Amino acid sequence: MSVTSEEVARVARLARVRMSEDELARLAPELSKILDWVEQLSRVDTSAVEPMTAVIPNRLRLREDVVDADPDTGGGRRDDVLANAPAAEHGFFGVPKVIE
Amino acid sequence: MTTYRIQGRTGEWEVVIGLEVHAQVTSRAKLFSTASTAFGAEPNTQVSLVDAAMPGMLPVPNRECIRQAVRTGLAVEATINRWSRFDRKNYFYADLPQGYQISQLYHPLVGEGTLLVEADEKAGILQDKRIGIERIHVEQDAGKLMHDQHPSMSYVDLNRSGVALMEIVSRPDMRSPAEAGAYLRKLRAILRYVGSCDGNMEEGSLRADVNVSVRRPGEPLGTRTETKNVNSVRFVMQAIEHEARRQVELIEDGGTVVQETRLFDPGTGTTRSMRSKEDAQDYRYFPDPDLLPLELDESFVEECRASLPELPDAKRRRYIEVLGLSPYNARELTAEVETFARFETLLAETARSSGKGETEVATAVANWILSIAPGVMNALGAEANPAFATAAAQAAILDMQARGDISGGQAKEIFEHVLRSGRAPKEIAETEGLKQESDAGAIEAAVDRVLAANAEKVAEYRGGKDKLFGFFVGQVMKAMQGKGNPGLVNAVLKARLDG
Amino acid sequence: MTQLTDLGVMALRNGVARGDFTAAEVANAFNAAVAEGGALNAFIVTTPDHAAAAAARVDADRAAGKPLGPLAGVPIGMKDLFATRGVQTTAASAILEGFVPPYESTVSQRLWDAGAGMLGKLNLDQFAMGSSNETSHFGNVVSPWRRSDGGETPMSPGGSSGGSSAAIAARLCPAATGTDTGGSIRQPAAFTGICGIKPTYGRCSRWGVVAFASSLDQAGPMARSVEDCAVMLEAMAGFDPKDATSLDEPVPQWSAALDADLRGLKVGVPCEYRREGMDEAIVAVWEQGKAWLRDAGAQLVDISLPHTDYALPAYYIVAPAEASSNLARYDGVRYGLREAPAGVGLQEMYAATRAAGFGDEVKRRILIGTYVLSAGFYDAYYTQAQKVRTLVARDFRNAWAECDVILAPTTPTASFPLGSLSEDPLTMYLNDVFAVPASLAGLPAMSVPGGLNPDGLPLGLQIIGKPLDEQGVLNAGLAIEQRAGFTARPQRWW
Repeated sequence: MSVTSEEVARVARLARVRMSEDELARLAPELSKILDWVEQLSRVDTSAVEPMTAVIPNRLRLREDVVDADPDTGGGRRDDVLANAPAAEHGFFGVPKVIE
Repeated sequence: MTTYRIQGRTGEWEVVIGLEVHAQVTSRAKLFSTASTAFGAEPNTQVSLVDAAMPGMLPVPNRECIRQAVRTGLAVEATINRWSRFDRKNYFYADLPQGYQISQLYHPLVGEGTLLVEADEKAGILQDKRIGIERIHVEQDAGKLMHDQHPSMSYVDLNRSGVALMEIVSRPDMRSPAEAGAYLRKLRAILRYVGSCDGNMEEGSLRADVNVSVRRPGEPLGTRTETKNVNSVRFVMQAIEHEARRQVELIEDGGTVVQETRLFDPGTGTTRSMRSKEDAQDYRYFPDPDLLPLELDESFVEECRASLPELPDAKRRRYIEVLGLSPYNARELTAEVETFARFETLLAETARSSGKGETEVATAVANWILSIAPGVMNALGAEANPAFATAAAQAAILDMQARGDISGGQAKEIFEHVLRSGRAPKEIAETEGLKQESDAGAIEAAVDRVLAANAEKVAEYRGGKDKLFGFFVGQVMKAMQGKGNPGLVNAVLKARLDG
Repeated sequence: MTQLTDLGVMALRNGVARGDFTAAEVANAFNAAVAEGGALNAFIVTTPDHAAAAAARVDADRAAGKPLGPLAGVPIGMKDLFATRGVQTTAASAILEGFVPPYESTVSQRLWDAGAGMLGKLNLDQFAMGSSNETSHFGNVVSPWRRSDGGETPMSPGGSSGGSSAAIAARLCPAATGTDTGGSIRQPAAFTGICGIKPTYGRCSRWGVVAFASSLDQAGPMARSVEDCAVMLEAMAGFDPKDATSLDEPVPQWSAALDADLRGLKVGVPCEYRREGMDEAIVAVWEQGKAWLRDAGAQLVDISLPHTDYALPAYYIVAPAEASSNLARYDGVRYGLREAPAGVGLQEMYAATRAAGFGDEVKRRILIGTYVLSAGFYDAYYTQAQKVRTLVARDFRNAWAECDVILAPTTPTASFPLGSLSEDPLTMYLNDVFAVPASLAGLPAMSVPGGLNPDGLPLGLQIIGKPLDEQGVLNAGLAIEQRAGFTARPQRWW
């Protein structure tokens, strides 16, 4: 199967990556080639197989309901949270104005 | 069956409604980080590195959030899926730091359940109706955007980002705004009974997405619209009414309903289409590879089950069947957590102080809680200090009334004094002379005096003019300055006149 | 006196502990080597002060008679995928240039706690996506190895942990961290004649490691000997409650239990790894490896891993799918690059930022991942790939009935010249064909040097073990190491 540059454009839009026409034209055959190659998976009979869920047998652990149990996972560190922001003001992150 | 119909130009239309309710789970910390969930904090002060989706940050689920969702599921008689999974819902927005919401699409924590909406003739719900619950899943809340703080920027506050929500999805089983309203009220009550959500709609703890379609009665389902984030029972009902009418008019004018997301405007009570997204939602759900499947053992589910309180339906049945309350009283008392809590406290206190069984005093206590006490409180308005309305004080009043020491009217008067001053009811009854005469001798003496003074009327009564009985009661009560025990007065009069 | 920079982890640690030299002398020597190694472009930032400060603490502790950590006095390189507090962390991407984490990854913290110091942040393929270290925003890493033909063709150090492999092979550091999603520790180790082990998935915490593909990413050490890898891994591994996929298992003292006596051990040789038209040198080193293990007392058995051919295509669905979602957070809002020309809206800002911030290979994988997850394709691609993954893991499980470890080549070729494959993504992907199956199954696997090819370039042998059996993998690795006597090192040209 081959992927058209329109399809690449749709996926790029979904992924929020701006692309020029040139890039789309270059990527379409590349992606086609890769997708053609992975297509071989459809030859595998997986009718009686469950998709993998945990690569090593392990159970999801649940943590206790304790606030700020660890500074690495707790709040109260606004300066750290905002320190790398391209536009932070008055304790908020700033983004281009959104019209809802 | 409800008979709610939209009258269109071309005939009758039936409305089909389903609700997706987002309920904030009561927990101290967030679903996947240990930042606090407290409401109203300074912006971005309750944001962990995890909530801000810093590179390399990972989610670890909060047991309490899972527990509360399971308890909620059990409370609506739902299947608890012992194996569930978290999925990522991918989309880009400034309130969604990860670029995906961790939710559950393919394997939700809670499966099929049901919720009973009781008949309420006044609301047009003619009989009890079971509304299907399709599923309940757990997911992350998003942050908040503020658009009016800066001329060219929106501000992002991530305090809510990552707070646990339950999404409770109903079947499209509702057929009128009233049913939807009753469903939402009942659901809210159950959440609050269980304690899994505070149900506070003003603070956004409970929001509903309203799915509405219309059809000719008996025909297949029409195309539905989804009105997002409606945050009160009244607004939900308004949104349905407006949306149903809009769809009917649209179809009758030859148009077709588009499946779309709409917004409710509380100011006008109308809905409007959201600016349509260019990439018609493709959320690319897939299992979150940072989290393993959530496997619950039997003991976890059993612990959740054992921790459930008596739920509204069971409580209502018990009030009717064991306490002998009227169905109306039972429904009113069980509608809200605060109401039944006050009722049960006062019931226990009254039974204890009077030495009677709860069943014996239940109706009096129910009437007191539902109508008498609120009546007195409302009449007093700001003069009443609600803090004085203790269970002990009210039980004392009810006890005096049950013993015949005071009349119903005196009970209200004493309660007024209590609300104003906080004094003890017994002491008020003494000092204010708000007591009833139950001494047989005193009543007999008063009766005898009245009968002697009204000999002709006695003769008329004995001649068959029964209606005069009320006249004699009035005269006796007047002679006793209104303090005669009405029951005893009646009994003595009856004996004297008929004997 | 031997050059300090020629010493490995154990030799440095023991020398510092004995007082043969000070930790400060060690740090100075390596800091100087790093400073002189600029032509390799192995580091994105160097942190001589970090290494010096750690060394000073070790020397002070030793003077005070305090107990020393297992890595006391050992300066290491840190792949720039691990968040380091106060030190720029970029994943080799423009989108994170200038990002200074206010936190430390669990694995790097464990290394500092063990007494190690940091020489700098090592270059890598952007977001660990690549097999040649040509996708970094900060330029290619150049292998210290050159072909023996006397030419100066710059060779690939492998990827994605190419900064790590180049720096270790060039003696800029005795050891480094790597991460392995589909071969990113083993393939660069093989290309540069060093050792590297990817432990069982869940051994090393992923907390604070920039995510590529969560269900595959696993950190591990790279060093010049099996024992050095073992002692590094002991420090890096361990349960972390902050990572829900972390294994709650004790960390064995692998280095203490190392044993090259393989009597009683069954080594599986998978027939599917024998490819049509395979490089003769690879076939030869594999045969040599079998002989060495037999010599160590092991019994060789032929095994079959029937779904091997499907592992790589499954990987190229699962990994990009997870990556497309994991990389959604790089949106110019909370950190990193923002491209927002005046007047653009939020969604345009996202698209412009991500277009400017991500390199071509990253974009390619994001698009593949987005495509395979999008409506209508999800089951055919993603679900099918996860089912195939189950089959790949089942193949290994079946194999464990017949053998204890598996011996295979690490890569189908030796290192190749930089630029020779970059026009052909698919051929590049195929370089990980032998590494990816163990990744898909979460198994411990390591590469040890087996020898040189006729061009004078290193070749690696791979040992794959049962879940949690790092010891078995390391022991077999040690047996090969002892017999291979790999002493070749790149001629210094930088």
